[in-house]
Amino acid sequence: MAATSAGAARRRSPAHRLFGVRRPPLVLLGLGLVAGFAAALPALYLIVAVAGDARTAVDAVLTQRTLGLVVRSAGLAAAVTAAAIAIAVPIAWLTVRSDLPGRRMWATLATLPLVIPSYIGAYLFVSALGPKGLLQDLLAPLGVERLPPIYGFFGAWLVLTLFTYPLVLIPLRAALRRMDPALEEAARVMGRSPTEVFRSIVLPQLLPAIGAGAVLVALYALSDFGAVSLLRFNSFTRDIYIAYTSGFGRTEAAALGMVLVLIMLALFAVYGRVRGARALHRTSPGTQRPTAPVKLGRWRWPAIAFCGSVVGLALVLPVGVLLYWATKQVSTGMQLSALATDAGHSLIAAAAAAGFAAVAAVVIALLAVRFPSPATHVIERIGYAGYALPGIVIALALAFFTTRFALPLYQSFAILVFALAIHYLPLAVSPVGSSLVQVPPRLEEAARSLGRSPIAVLRTITTPLVASGVLGGTALVFLHALKELPATLVLAPIEFNTLATDVWHRTTEGAFEQSAIPALLLLLIAAPPLYLLNARGSVGS
Amino acid sequence: MTDNGNGATPPSGGLRLRGLEKAYGSVRAVAGIDLECNAGGTCSLLGPSGCGKTTTLRLIAGLERPDAGEIVVGGRVVSGNGRFVPAEERRIGMVFQDYALFPHMDVAGNVGYGLGRKPDPGRVREALELVGLAGSQKRPVHELSGGQQQRVALARALAPTPDLVLLDEPFSNLDASLRDRLRQEVSQILRTAGVTALFVTHDQEEAMSIAETVAVMREGRVEQAGTPEAVYLRPRTRWMATFLGDMEVLPGEACDGRCHCELGSLPTGSDIAGDVDVLVRPESVAFGVSGPATAAPAQVITRRFFGHDQLVGLQLASGQVVSSRRLGYPAWHPGDHVQVWIDGPAEVLPRENGAASEPNVAVGHDDDVA
Repeated sequence: MAATSAGAARRRSPAHRLFGVRRPPLVLLGLGLVAGFAAALPALYLIVAVAGDARTAVDAVLTQRTLGLVVRSAGLAAAVTAAAIAIAVPIAWLTVRSDLPGRRMWATLATLPLVIPSYIGAYLFVSALGPKGLLQDLLAPLGVERLPPIYGFFGAWLVLTLFTYPLVLIPLRAALRRMDPALEEAARVMGRSPTEVFRSIVLPQLLPAIGAGAVLVALYALSDFGAVSLLRFNSFTRDIYIAYTSGFGRTEAAALGMVLVLIMLALFAVYGRVRGARALHRTSPGTQRPTAPVKLGRWRWPAIAFCGSVVGLALVLPVGVLLYWATKQVSTGMQLSALATDAGHSLIAAAAAAGFAAVAAVVIALLAVRFPSPATHVIERIGYAGYALPGIVIALALAFFTTRFALPLYQSFAILVFALAIHYLPLAVSPVGSSLVQVPPRLEEAARSLGRSPIAVLRTITTPLVASGVLGGTALVFLHALKELPATLVLAPIEFNTLATDVWHRTTEGAFEQSAIPALLLLLIAAPPLYLLNARGSVGS
Repeated sequence: MTDNGNGATPPSGGLRLRGLEKAYGSVRAVAGIDLECNAGGTCSLLGPSGCGKTTTLRLIAGLERPDAGEIVVGGRVVSGNGRFVPAEERRIGMVFQDYALFPHMDVAGNVGYGLGRKPDPGRVREALELVGLAGSQKRPVHELSGGQQQRVALARALAPTPDLVLLDEPFSNLDASLRDRLRQEVSQILRTAGVTALFVTHDQEEAMSIAETVAVMREGRVEQAGTPEAVYLRPRTRWMATFLGDMEVLPGEACDGRCHCELGSLPTGSDIAGDVDVLVRPESVAFGVSGPATAAPAQVITRRFFGHDQLVGLQLASGQVVSSRRLGYPAWHPGDHVQVWIDGPAEVLPRENGAASEPNVAVGHDDDVA
């Protein structure tokens, strides 16, 4: 009945078309519009900047160099994605469907590299395998003068692959576990061989999960700034940063940023379709029986070797190198006070960003869940814009915006917090939204019919039920903001160093030892909670 | 907030609706409802989906604001004449279709929620005893079975001793065997509690078996209200007749207080004249190898056996087929020649032009909407 009345209303006035039958309170709608506008600001400014100087922009984009950038970035994204799938599929299958010894441990260890920020991973690879690095130090007595270069495509590909393959592994493992074994049994009974069953039954069911994870990896590779920059691979993000820091060619940077955003939006459209397809494959949980694990036999040894080398390269090696540099640094002494200041900067900026993002997420989720209408839907979509905008693009749009319209804000703490908040807003919107969905209005109505005032209902029913979602979302924003690099580099006030920019500056100067402590600190603060939150499924939703 | 902690049951004062209206945009969900429920009685609001019955319930609960009309609960006007008592001050308990139990509280937390900040554990225990769940206070609600959740929801609604309890399709989420048992239990509990109850359902059998008053709704209006027997045996419209169960419709002609149709002549009980429809339930269609003098000859053409009874299709001389519901024994066979007559109540209504005899076809088509 509600559906028919809403349907009838939609055919009526323009106001009804926009806001639906149940209009949101004006204050909430106002806040929602502010949040939506804030989240849309970088993209809007990018469009304004490009449109304002269209000729320069077109000239900047229509060059051989842009073509090269597109080819290099897309090539890197494709190579990383392919490698990530090649690593994730065997590990997922081994840890879910086989009798691999210690499969739960392997599953945990294999997802952990996700929490190592790409620039820390890159720093560790450069410091281990690069010139003047660990390996060369070790090999120098043996007369080895030069190592094969880590810089460029190979390094960027290796580092990004090792730290992003969990984005495929996590959804893939979930899909494998969700899969109804009865389907495979039915196919077997109908006379299909195991290989055929895998091809015709298992694989089609896994494709949506692999596809969704693959798009996330590609998006990560396209928008990553830290790893490609430290490894000196000229992708879009690095080129935009160089164009920006060179001081001229601002329109050029904006135009390049726009091209990158368009590529990412196209990928997002793909992601939406793939995720939609996944919903079709859901089976009812009630019918599931546990599957008997496949016996590996003597294949168990190569399987262990495979898992071991992936975990070794992606987790043990980086952490080991980090600890090596850190102990070396501790033994030679370090400036604790400067480190404490930088850590303080990181914490305060991340906390402020998390606070703002949480408030905006609550407003947006309330509008979208409780007052569904085309208008609130648009606001919710905009809330997710941060996903499609690489940090470097947000940073540059806001830098241009402030220098042109609000100079006092340029390189201020406020604009830094603003950038971090809108960048990671989607991470808060989705858990807040899903926790609100779990509090149907019916629960509040039941509480009111039992004689409690609306305020009491908010306090005793709504708040406790939504709290975990809001806290989880806020924590995710905080932890991501803590390790954010490009926006902080571009927008932070001068002399306002954070742990992330510390790692960056020292690595680019070749001071590997000195990067170790801030990097370790970042991992210690952010990694464990991030891992737990990601494991709960908040990632990429 | 109302103080309900004393445990004394105030006498319930019944429910009265007068000209209740509610529209969503141009859709008149509730288009002028009048309804009376006696104090302490159980009343059911029956109708096809989309007829406005849930909206009516929400209007009574104070969860929606009516456009017009009056709602009186326990002698107190809670809505109407410019008055609108908010939901929390109405002293109306509600059992939701999906129970709406608070997932972050245990059973006692749920049941005690309507008893104020410091609920009296004695009252919680009483309410739980009433529904047969004594000792379940500390259990988390998600551990309960569907039937137990249902009873917790009922205990929660009854604990503050409301003037009226509203139940929104309370049994629709339960499987068939449990549903039947709980219907009887719940109606017993409501009677023990002595509370006025109104429940919404789309299940005819359910409505008639547990309520003393049945109000049948159609397109935002009450089509007919009365005792279950009255609405079933004396339907005022053909739609009513066919909505509540199988109904045979025979053409007839009425004059001078009597009506003639193929199954004989019967009193109309009114001054109706001209073309009429004679409505008769299959269980009132009797047949046998021989019958009374007025009986009509017919031939058995179909038979469906259900164990406790059988449905026999009979073709009359005119070619019309009527069904007769008889006990399961003796068995009849297609081809048997029999005599048919009416043995039981029959309703005579003016002929409806081209009326479709299937009421369910009419579901969801809104004559009110321009």
